[in-house]
Amino acid sequence: MAQTTYLEAIRQGIWEEMERDARVFILGEDVGVYGGAFKVTAGFLDHFGPKRVIDMPISESAIVGAAIGSAYMGMRPIAEMQFIDFISCAFDQITNFAAKSRYRWGAGVPIVVRGPSGGNTHGGPFHSQNVESFFLNTPGLKIVQPATAYDAKGLIKAAIRDEDPVLYFEHKYLYRRIKEEIPSEDYTVPIGKAALRREGGDLGIITYGAMVYTALEAADTLAKDGVQTEVLDLRTLAPLDEEAILATAAKTGKVIVLHEACLTGGAGGEIAARIAEKAFDFLDGPVVRVAAKDTPVPYSPPLEEFFLPQVGGVLEAARKLLDY
Amino acid sequence: MNRKTAPAARQKGIPAETKKQLLYYMKLTRDIEYRIERVLYRQGKIVGGVYVGRGQEAISVGTGMLMRENDVVAPTHRDMGIFLIRGISPRRIIAQYMGRKTGVTGGKDGNMHMGDLKHNIIAFVSHLGDNVPVAAGAALAFTMRGEDRVVFCYSGEGATSRGDWHEGVNFAAVHKLPVVFFINNNQYAYSTPVSLQMPVENVADRAPAYGIPGEVVDGNDVLAVYESARRAADWARSGKGPYLVEYKTFRMTGHSAHDDAGYVPKELLEEWKGKDPIERLERHMLGEGELTNDELTRMASEITAIVDDAVDWADKSPFPDPEDALKGVYFEER
Repeated sequence: MAQTTYLEAIRQGIWEEMERDARVFILGEDVGVYGGAFKVTAGFLDHFGPKRVIDMPISESAIVGAAIGSAYMGMRPIAEMQFIDFISCAFDQITNFAAKSRYRWGAGVPIVVRGPSGGNTHGGPFHSQNVESFFLNTPGLKIVQPATAYDAKGLIKAAIRDEDPVLYFEHKYLYRRIKEEIPSEDYTVPIGKAALRREGGDLGIITYGAMVYTALEAADTLAKDGVQTEVLDLRTLAPLDEEAILATAAKTGKVIVLHEACLTGGAGGEIAARIAEKAFDFLDGPVVRVAAKDTPVPYSPPLEEFFLPQVGGVLEAARKLLDY
Repeated sequence: MNRKTAPAARQKGIPAETKKQLLYYMKLTRDIEYRIERVLYRQGKIVGGVYVGRGQEAISVGTGMLMRENDVVAPTHRDMGIFLIRGISPRRIIAQYMGRKTGVTGGKDGNMHMGDLKHNIIAFVSHLGDNVPVAAGAALAFTMRGEDRVVFCYSGEGATSRGDWHEGVNFAAVHKLPVVFFINNNQYAYSTPVSLQMPVENVADRAPAYGIPGEVVDGNDVLAVYESARRAADWARSGKGPYLVEYKTFRMTGHSAHDDAGYVPKELLEEWKGKDPIERLERHMLGEGELTNDELTRMASEITAIVDDAVDWADKSPFPDPEDALKGVYFEER
């Protein structure tokens, strides 16, 4: 079987869903003729035509608003944010129109809003953000962040088939760096289910997105010292797989929550709080958060490297926690 | 492209039966809103914000009567008439305002924040102007599927200052989507007069910038409203793209029930009182011999009975169970 990149997996997932279901279409900036800024939709316009691959004005509110309106009328739109940073322009449509619609008046909004997120690509403050915690405090949204090619495809398909608005945050650093063999048959990855990437009983690292690889690298190093580290890839941030989180906490007693988004107000706080509330008896030390610094994402390579969580920082936190 | 329309008095094409319906729905709208704002709200039976469209009924009613059953409407907060015309019962509407389980949203949301896709009504959100891109998206679905359906989208003049409004109109115009934009220019956005809202005289003056037709119409003349809505809907239906009509009217109340609107000059209110759309249509129809005083009396008592019944029914309806607050955030298998 051929190796499929993370980016190609997303592309295949959307393509196959558009083949399978005539209600599915994509709208966004430069998604048609250009095939998307990262070429996720390359070839779509030729194959599916301009009615289903819509090049939009620079209007994120209209992109998401139009997705919502068409979803009310029975369509299954995929709205692309060229960079996920621009989702802030559509914040209102997402959090007020889409997220609250089913609750307020019973009208489901089966849309996907997706786009490249994350740093480590020297994109600077407006092309590098991780925006999940902007949305975590808004009930009605589902939020997924795949780390593997398999999940990238399975989660985009699940998101498209979901009856509720799903924010699908793909990590642009992984686009072409991650590849694996994935099944050629149709499959989905269930939203709301975490995946154990590595099992261990001494320390748990709960993470998602590109940080899964940082965690695995740290776990490899710790293994050389005889420390067995468990790595839990959340895959979905809303709804959180609380069962899996508490299981890792109970099993290891020492937990690091690792994410690429900024520390304060990040998803890590919520995860740590749930562990503290529901698995306190199992803990042998404080739940430790490792995250990006509380600054905008800086551009210059040494600044960005310092800003982002690194393997070294995870190891430092791990050793302190293990000594606790 | 921007033109002003002739007053409706000269338009003889509207059958008397249609005029009676226009009158009926305007009066029903006013009576329901009167009960809501001046009775139930003051009795404490309705809590929270209450926004009515008194004096502006001609806009939602005159345009709403042009809608076909499968057309879609994205109304805003002064458009009660639309809900009545679309077949939402006065009972469910009053229950909605009273926060009852039997209301349109079952108590999840209040006042005009209601919609029902079975009736092709999209509920608006308080972030005015947000419904414009959404309306364009509904029209996009019709274009994609080749369906002969039009979206009727409403905004106040204040909402046209929002970026979402521009994004939605621009996108709809670029793709020539079958959506009509009806602007209720009641000259005040809460306390802010139109002169502080925009530097041009009319919202419709902006239409040429989007490459779409725009016209200014007397929003207190329901027959003119009706005729203009027909032009707009015909245009959109024929595949020519969006059409904008701005209705000049006046807000005869505060922004909401708690606002005494002391900032509105009394002379303006007096002036516009004389242009009341219901009285105007009554005078016109009586003058044309299309209506008798007996019929008017009968219509009034029929409406009173409907609204009495709705209030009574809603008042006897249960409140939702507190735990219902947890339901319906996400899709639930039935």
